Amino acid sequence: MNIKKILPQLLTLLVVILVFGFFSYNAQINMENRGITFGYGFLSQESSFDVQFSLIEYDGSHSYFRAYLVGLLNTILVSVIGIIFATIIGVVVGIARLSNNYLIERTAAIYVEFFRNIPLLLQIFFWYFAALRALPLPQDTEPMFGVFFLTIKGFFVPAFVWNNLDIFIYSIIAAIISIIFIRIYAKRKQENEGIQTPVLSISIGLLLILPVLSFLFGGVDASIEVPVIKQLSQSGFTYEGGIKLPPELISLALALSLYTATFIAECVRAGVQGVSKGQKEAAASIGLTPNQVLKLVVMPQALRIIIPPTTNQYLNLTKNSSLAAAIAYPDLVLVFAGTALMQTGRAIEIVSITMLTYLSLSISISVFMNWYNKKIAIKEK
Amino acid sequence: MNKLNFLQPDKNNIYTYLYTGVILVAISIFIVFLNSFFNKDIVSFLPGPISFFLPLILGFIGLHLIRIDYSGLRFLDSINKNINTNNFNAFLSLLIVFVVIKSLPPLLSWFILDANIAGDSKDVCTGSGACWTYIKIWFNRFMYGMYPNAEQWRINLSFIALAFLGTIGFFATEKFKKYLTLYYVVVYPVIAFFFIFFFISGGPIFFDFSYGIIAAVISIIIGFFIPSKFKMYYFIIVPITLYILLKYVFFYEELIELGKLEALEWVETGAWGGLSLTFIVSFFCLIFCFPIGLFLSLGRRSDFPIIKYFSIGMIEFWRGVPLITVLFMSSVMFPMFLPEDMFIDKLVRVIIAISLFEAAYVAEVIRGGLQALPRGQYDAAKSLGMGYWKMHILVILPQALKLVIPGIANTFLALVKDTPLIFVVGLLEIVGMLNLAKTNPEWLGFAMEGYVFASVLFFIICYAMSKYSYNLEQKYKTER
Repeated sequence: MNIKKILPQLLTLLVVILVFGFFSYNAQINMENRGITFGYGFLSQESSFDVQFSLIEYDGSHSYFRAYLVGLLNTILVSVIGIIFATIIGVVVGIARLSNNYLIERTAAIYVEFFRNIPLLLQIFFWYFAALRALPLPQDTEPMFGVFFLTIKGFFVPAFVWNNLDIFIYSIIAAIISIIFIRIYAKRKQENEGIQTPVLSISIGLLLILPVLSFLFGGVDASIEVPVIKQLSQSGFTYEGGIKLPPELISLALALSLYTATFIAECVRAGVQGVSKGQKEAAASIGLTPNQVLKLVVMPQALRIIIPPTTNQYLNLTKNSSLAAAIAYPDLVLVFAGTALMQTGRAIEIVSITMLTYLSLSISISVFMNWYNKKIAIKEK
Repeated sequence: MNKLNFLQPDKNNIYTYLYTGVILVAISIFIVFLNSFFNKDIVSFLPGPISFFLPLILGFIGLHLIRIDYSGLRFLDSINKNINTNNFNAFLSLLIVFVVIKSLPPLLSWFILDANIAGDSKDVCTGSGACWTYIKIWFNRFMYGMYPNAEQWRINLSFIALAFLGTIGFFATEKFKKYLTLYYVVVYPVIAFFFIFFFISGGPIFFDFSYGIIAAVISIIIGFFIPSKFKMYYFIIVPITLYILLKYVFFYEELIELGKLEALEWVETGAWGGLSLTFIVSFFCLIFCFPIGLFLSLGRRSDFPIIKYFSIGMIEFWRGVPLITVLFMSSVMFPMFLPEDMFIDKLVRVIIAISLFEAAYVAEVIRGGLQALPRGQYDAAKSLGMGYWKMHILVILPQALKLVIPGIANTFLALVKDTPLIFVVGLLEIVGMLNLAKTNPEWLGFAMEGYVFASVLFFIICYAMSKYSYNLEQKYKTER
């Protein structure tokens, strides 16, 4: 080993160790001065603060760990809603940008340019403080379709009341598993015998029939609970029953999906444009119908280009959901790195847990993406 | 005279189809126009749903009638090709036109017709439109934050000077062109740093700034007489020595005397804000994140395992966490890591945090460019006997950076759009100022105007940036 190779590495290592040593030495002294001992034991202590909106049962008597879970679940909830809507809008706009209709193409382009060039935080503020504040009070609200109530206090939607919900879920899981098996079988059949099976219609049929069967024979029963207006005080009204989506959740999901959709639209456009024209012509010349060309030739190749950057956008959306802290939607950052940190003063532990949560999420997704990219990469002979 | 078949318009009776179609489309647009601009429903005698959909049906039939292939009329052909290729497209085109006509009057009235801009208090805003008076009154706060009104010329002067210095590249003669890179990468950021941290913040360190300027001017004048061989060392060593000499030897007494006078009022960074702070933060992060990202990307491709894994760790860590937690870390966790008597300014901490965060993204973008270069380039450079640094500076990086201009521009755009997040540590740039102004009891209820104003500003800035990066990309595009 020559000195030229070892010296730079040793220097880097030395600097890193020195910086870390300096930091941890100071941290130790600072914590001693404040009388804090480092440790994660506080997670099991009673949190004694309340959270407005929670998916699991939670109040002040639960532990800090439970508060962490509440925040994490709220983050996941808004991310999932955002991802679903961003995908729908993004795909529609991406296809619209490829349209040969000048008006549609321009409209989609204006949408993309406009929403992409305005900071996400500004959009969240706009929806929360400006747009949703213009909604009517609960007592003045006109119901949409008789059951939905969009008010300044949130969006009230009817809830399903289930009997034997577990059997219904089992039926859906069974349908999904059988669809996977049918797909594998159909693929093998096509490779061996060249016969195509209508997988899509069979899948839709299974997804419809099995739940219906569970209703008929499994004792599953669902009724709808419509929100009803209720007077709290002289001028204070609210709705009872049903599900309440708080305005924070709505504005956050709206802003996240509209913003991320612009990026997804560009991914979709790039993907479809990335399939060369010769592929379509070649497919048409061997006698495939336009639908088959799209399904068997264009889409598989376009998806290969679309999926990796789109997953990246999903990840960005999840990370951007942390902006919730700005409008007091109780997500991971607000509940844990905000309220819990203020109460306990354990900056190092709490910030490190929050960062680790996001870090493990994004690293696991990028590991999965690397595996997926390797799997779908074109194998050159 | 051929038979008219209205289901399949053809070229033979082209004018019959054309006139009927155009009249139908015109009627449908006219109905919507009257309805939206004059609030008159001239088809209200029809039952509800029919009168609602009538314009759409009429326009649809009209567009169907004028859809004639190869009509020979240039204008008609281009309409058919662009907005009227088939039934579905015609339907969507009509829908878009109607929505635009329908949404114009409310937008116009909100933005212009019913809006108020005169006066200087909330009372003038009685109309249903926007209250631009609010923006007018708060304009200074939105631009400069809490920076004292009397001192705002310092910010203006600095920005004008920096903008002027930034455009020097366009006027440079051939002779000085080769120094431009050095100028933009080293000299310009240093000047900008002096301006912003000494001139805008003022106070005793203003004298540091003046000594810096004197040192720079003297060293540039002497620099003309130095042989070019030593110029690089000269420009690194002499200005700093001069500065130290000026400060501690020649003018030490004067500094102490003048320091009490405080020629320029000291403005602490907490008072900075508004759009100028957006510019300051994005400018510095932009300058710092690029070199850090460059080194990280080179480190990630290095042969030395320790450097390589250190770079990978840095990149993946910063890319994996949201910016808001990084800012949280810089504001609540970072002070724990410093000695008690050591204090780093809030703004500096924020700039370091955002720079490190964006550097990781820049590093990944540059790595993409490095990977896209064919191996032959490396081999060719090595076969000429170039070392690692020479190879990268002269052969690899110029080509790789050219390839990644769009990616870097996107990262910088993301950076500008991320600056509002500094509200987490209590710094109020324009979005933060809006939220502050909105809660002022005298000006309640004008959130919409404020956000629209800021959106337009950000849109102009970011759109201009993206167009400029597109131009750069086209300019440096080389055929392979």
